[in-house]
Amino acid sequence: MQPDLQQKQQQQGIDVAVLVSIGRHPTTGRARRAEQDARGLELALAIEAELPGTRISMLHAGSQDDSSEAALRGYLGMATGVGMGLESMTLLEQPEGSDAIPALAKHLAATSPQLVITGARAERGEGSGLLPYALAEHLGWPLVNSLASVEKVENGVVTLLQALPRGQRRRLKVRLPAIISVDEAAPAARQSAFGPARRATFAITPTTPEADSELAQWHLAPARKRPKRLKIVKAASARDRFKAAASKSEGKGGQVLTDVTPEQGAEAIYQLLKEEDVLR
Amino acid sequence: MSEIIRRDPRREWIARNRLHPEHASVLAALGVNRGGDGGAVSEWLGPNGVVRKNPRAIGFIGPNGVKRIDRSGLQQGGQSTATTTAARDSRRTVTIDQPAFLVVVVPDLTGGRLSGHDKDLLGLARRVADADAEQPGAVVAILFGEHKGEGGGELKEQALGEAGIDRVVHLDDEFYAGFAPEARLAALSAVEREMTPRFWLLPDSPLGGADLGRRLALRLGERAATGVWQVEADNEAPLGWRCTARGAAGSLDIQRPLPRVALALAECAEPVDETRHAAEHLALAASIPTTLSRIEDLGQVAVDPAGVALAEAEFILSGGNGVKQWDAFHHAAKVLGATEGASRVAVDDGFMARDRQVGATGTWVTARVYMAVGISGAIQHLQGIQRCDKVVAINLDPGCDIIKRADLAVIGDSTQILAALVAMVEQQRGGQRDAA
Repeated sequence: MQPDLQQKQQQQGIDVAVLVSIGRHPTTGRARRAEQDARGLELALAIEAELPGTRISMLHAGSQDDSSEAALRGYLGMATGVGMGLESMTLLEQPEGSDAIPALAKHLAATSPQLVITGARAERGEGSGLLPYALAEHLGWPLVNSLASVEKVENGVVTLLQALPRGQRRRLKVRLPAIISVDEAAPAARQSAFGPARRATFAITPTTPEADSELAQWHLAPARKRPKRLKIVKAASARDRFKAAASKSEGKGGQVLTDVTPEQGAEAIYQLLKEEDVLR
Repeated sequence: MSEIIRRDPRREWIARNRLHPEHASVLAALGVNRGGDGGAVSEWLGPNGVVRKNPRAIGFIGPNGVKRIDRSGLQQGGQSTATTTAARDSRRTVTIDQPAFLVVVVPDLTGGRLSGHDKDLLGLARRVADADAEQPGAVVAILFGEHKGEGGGELKEQALGEAGIDRVVHLDDEFYAGFAPEARLAALSAVEREMTPRFWLLPDSPLGGADLGRRLALRLGERAATGVWQVEADNEAPLGWRCTARGAAGSLDIQRPLPRVALALAECAEPVDETRHAAEHLALAASIPTTLSRIEDLGQVAVDPAGVALAEAEFILSGGNGVKQWDAFHHAAKVLGATEGASRVAVDDGFMARDRQVGATGTWVTARVYMAVGISGAIQHLQGIQRCDKVVAINLDPGCDIIKRADLAVIGDSTQILAALVAMVEQQRGGQRDAA
C-alpha cells in the first residue's frame, strides 16, 4: 500500500520551470531580483507545497557577472526548506544584448517541463512583455496571462485563477504543458535568505548567442515625462470660451424621477444595474 | 435689391396687436423671436427699422424671487437646444469609398462601450489613415461581443462613426465571450488574410488588448511596439512612421520605426471630434476555422466586494448623511454585491471607516456604476467620482448637486427605495434559482 501511494504521489508531481530575469530597482537602478519573476517563483513554491514531488527548475538566459549573480542569488534564497530542490539554477550563458528567446525556446523544448512560469515583462531592456508569447508560439503551448493562483493540478489539466482588472477573478482550465505569466496580482514573494542563497550553485550551459540586431538600431533614452493632456476648447465666440472656462463641466442632465413610489424608483434603478451588468 | 427697408405699416400694426387673429403668422413672417416661455414678443423690428427689445418678456424668476436675465443662453430652453443641435451638426461627414489602405483597430469594448482608451486609439488610427489627404486609408474596427453604445438603433451606430470608424466587423458569436484568446486570434488571422491591413493597432490595456495584441503580433511574425505613446511621421522609416514606446518597466523611452502591430497606451492621440464616419458593417467572406481550445473558461468567480480596493471597484454603493438605517444599507450592499463607500459626513459621524471615504480627501474612484444614497454632492465628493461612468442618486432633495451629475436620480426616501430594490433583486435571484 505504502509504495503504491508514494508512486501515485510521484506521478502527481509535475515539472515546473520558472524563468527569471534580472530586475532593476526603480529608484537606484541597481540590479535586483525582478518583482514579477519572484512572484512567479513564489507561485511555483506554492504548487510544490500542494503537490509533493513537484520539481522546480530555474532558468536564466544572460551573462554572468558580479551584479547579475547577486541578483540571481536573490531567487535562490527563496526556498529555505530541506530538499526543496533549489540548490542550483540553470544559466544559459550569452553575452549582453543577445536575444534570449531562441536560447530559452531550445532549452525548454529539450527539457520539456509541463509548466513554465514567467513574469509578465522584464524590468530592463525592451521590456515589451513579448517573451512569454514568443515562447508559447515557438513551442505551440497554450498561454494564460495575469495569473493570481494555481488551484489544482490533476491528470494533466491545471485549474487556475486569472486576475482581471477591478479585483475580479476568472477560473480557467488549461491542458498541460502550458505557459503562465504572472503580474502584480499574484501573491507577493517571500524574503530571500542569505545563507541558502550563498550555498546555491549555478549550472552554466553555453549557448550559441544570437545578437538582437533590431534592438541595437533603436534609440533608447531615459523616459521623458509624458505631456499632460490639455483641455482643448473649440469655441467660435467669446461667450462659448467664457462658458467653457467658467461653467461646471457636468451638465448633461440625466433622468430625474420625482413623485414615484419606492417600488417604481427601485425598478428604474434595477433596470439600469441590469443594463450595466453589475449584478451577479 | 435695394438697401431701403420697405415698411408694411399694416403688418407692423398687427405685430403690435397681440389680440389680432393674424398676429402669430405675421410675427413668424417678420422672423421675430419670442421670450423663454413663448409668451410675449421679446424682439421685433421697430417702425424705423431698428430692432426693439422688450426686457420684460425674457428672463426668469431666480431663487430669491428676483428676476434674472441670463444672456449666456443656458436658461432659455429654445435657444440652448438650437446651439446644441448646431454643435452636433458641426461634425463633418466623411465617407471613404476607395481606401488606399486599411488600419485595423481592435478596441477593448469594456462593458459593451468604447472606453476613453479605445477612443484615443481610434484617434491615432485616424491620424495614421488621414496623413495623406489625397489617398486616405480606412479605419476598420473589429468588435468582439455585444456592443451597447449610447442609446439604441441609429444613435448606437452614430457613436461608432463619431469615434472615427469607417468599417465595422462585428463578431458577436458566443465562443468569443469570456477568455477566448484562441478563437479571437483565429478571427483576427482571418481578417489579416482577407484585408491585409497596413497597420494593426490595439490598446495596451489589461482589459484584454495587451494580451490579444501580443498574441497577434507573434502570429503575424511581427515584433510589436508596446506601450506606444507617441507617433510621428518619418520618411526614413519603412512604413513612414516613427513611434516612441515605453520600455523597461516605464523607465525607458524607445524610439523605433512603427511596426505593423502596435500596442498603444491611453492618451496616445486626441480622440476624433470633428468628423463623423460611415461605420459601415462588413462581414468576413471566408468562414473562420473553429479551433479546438486548450483553455477552458469556467466563468468569473464571485469575489468578496468588501475585499476589492475602493479605487478600482466596479460597482460602489455609497452612503451619506441621508442614510438613517445603516444596517439596512450594509445589507443592501451585500445583496447587490457592491463595494461600500461613504461621504465625508458619514465617515466623520463614525458610521463608516475612514478608508471607505470617497472624494477629494478620500479615494478617487473609477467605478462603472456609482450609487449615491443620501449624498447631496459636495464639490469635493463630485471630484472624487469624476471618472465614474454611470451615477445613480437617491435623495430627498431634488435641487442638490448630485442630481445634476446623476444619470438616474430618484427623489424619495432612501430607506424605502433601497428596501424595495433589495426585495426586487432577491426575488429575481430566487426566481432564477427555481428555473435552474
